[in-house]
Amino acid sequence: MDVLTVNNLCKSFGGVKAISNISMSIEEGEIVGVIGPNGAGKTTFFNLLTGIYSPSSGDITYNFKKEISSRDFKPFKMPKYGVSRTFQNIRLFKNMSVLDNILIGYHCNLNYGILPSLFRLPSFYRNEEEAYEKAVELLKIFNIYDKKDELAKNLPYGEQRKVEIARALAAKPKVLLLDEPAAGMNTNETKELTKLINWIKDEFSLTIILIEHDMSLVMEICNKIFVFDYGTLIADGTPQEIQTNPQVIKAYLGGE
Amino acid sequence: MKFLNKKNIFNLILILSIYFIVEFLINRGIIDSYIILNIVVIGVNIILAVSLNLITGITGQFSLGHAAFMSIGAYASAIMTAKLGQPFIVGIIAAALSASLAGIIIGIPTLRLKGDYLAIATLGFGEIIKIIGLNNDYIGGATGLNDIPQYTNWTWIYFCVVITIIIINNFIKSYNGRACISIREDEIASETMGVNTTYYKILVFTMGAFFAGIAGALYANYFYFIRPDSFGFMKSIDILVIVVFGGIGSVLGSVVGAVMLSIISVFLQNIPELRMVVYSVILFLIMVYRPQGLIGKNNLRLFKKRGVLNGCAHSK
Repeated sequence: MDVLTVNNLCKSFGGVKAISNISMSIEEGEIVGVIGPNGAGKTTFFNLLTGIYSPSSGDITYNFKKEISSRDFKPFKMPKYGVSRTFQNIRLFKNMSVLDNILIGYHCNLNYGILPSLFRLPSFYRNEEEAYEKAVELLKIFNIYDKKDELAKNLPYGEQRKVEIARALAAKPKVLLLDEPAAGMNTNETKELTKLINWIKDEFSLTIILIEHDMSLVMEICNKIFVFDYGTLIADGTPQEIQTNPQVIKAYLGGE
Repeated sequence: MKFLNKKNIFNLILILSIYFIVEFLINRGIIDSYIILNIVVIGVNIILAVSLNLITGITGQFSLGHAAFMSIGAYASAIMTAKLGQPFIVGIIAAALSASLAGIIIGIPTLRLKGDYLAIATLGFGEIIKIIGLNNDYIGGATGLNDIPQYTNWTWIYFCVVITIIIINNFIKSYNGRACISIREDEIASETMGVNTTYYKILVFTMGAFFAGIAGALYANYFYFIRPDSFGFMKSIDILVIVVFGGIGSVLGSVVGAVMLSIISVFLQNIPELRMVVYSVILFLIMVYRPQGLIGKNNLRLFKKRGVLNGCAHSK
């Protein structure tokens, strides 16, 4: 079943066509890689998928229990629909504890309202405790439980990445978008991350879309790869197909 | 009931015993009217600072119009009690509601602005309120409104302060408050994590205005007399100074800041010619040696066990 369909998607900023005429469909339970040279429009594409930008033309449809089209996209509604993401340049809440960061991820699952929080009604305790348990569970999965009271900005880079992924998972998404999860990691950390991504996909039954420059990671875990160049989709297929695709080689290595 | 845990019972006893001790001292005449005057000033400043802290410190929306909300509250209460002869509670409620209504009306258009721009817009709002006050004859124009009944006493001021602190503290230590802090930290990320940032900004602005309105009512019904000039730009700055002095983002900091700065001003009244100089030097020193403010960002961390989330939901 297709969980995401993109139809003739275009986005331009003034005269610059950041994304032009992209169509694709992604099946449930896949790990999909989006690759391409810098400036190819990958992050813009993610921003379109999460409602930060709205398409100039074309549309995006998520197919969960009910259909959600890009006309109903609002960034703050996306986690509620089941779409959660991380950022290329880590955007943690730096002066909040790791635990609180995860709890913000859980925010969209909490709606006990204002009055119970002002007057500490029973539903406040019930919901907060549930959120706390869920957050602790995630922290333990990611092996950062002992750092839960640390401020996010004091963690090493690799762990900040982990916190960001955990925060995205706290929203209980069905589709997880990872924007360069392995950026700035060494080979060992990348290997660990590769395993982790595979594992969370099965554990949380997710569809994962990831942008990545680290080809070893992409080739290892992706079922399908989309290659962007200058805002257009130049190739798509399995890792093997992509590796031998002449257009892809040209985009990456240049030349005729 | 989790509400009746040890900590809350202890706090309740503490709150009530402070009240009765001071009440007893007032009845005995040990605390005279001059001290009560200062207590009222301190109380009003605490409410103002804590509520501005919610807007500026917690949610990170730089507002310079807080005195305007106070003035709306002061006038609303003054009209209710002096002109319409209503009891004080009606005045306070009217003050809080009219100020929060103004908060909503102002919040919706201005809160899409960020940082300095929001500061300028709220500054402009403050001036508009002042000008309206100056030109409206019903509320006395520039000469102000006289003969407001003096209802504010120790009981009113104390319980208003306590309720303000408890409610704002409860708000901050819930998923709502976390959402607000996340807006301060990174608005885009918080929006992507499902926080409706516009809603929260307006909510916080309205709550801040609500309590500023209460502060205005307490002020008006203590000093008999109000005029638009008392709630100008400088008053907003004074409140902001308290918040920064105590520690941006810390409720305890705002309380300590309000108490300390009010006490410092009282002592400096003995040396009128050097008053502002000393006051400024104190502020200067605090900012140089403790830029995070007296208490800093760690909200009430002094009284908290390490590792207990926000010290609220999980304290068994």
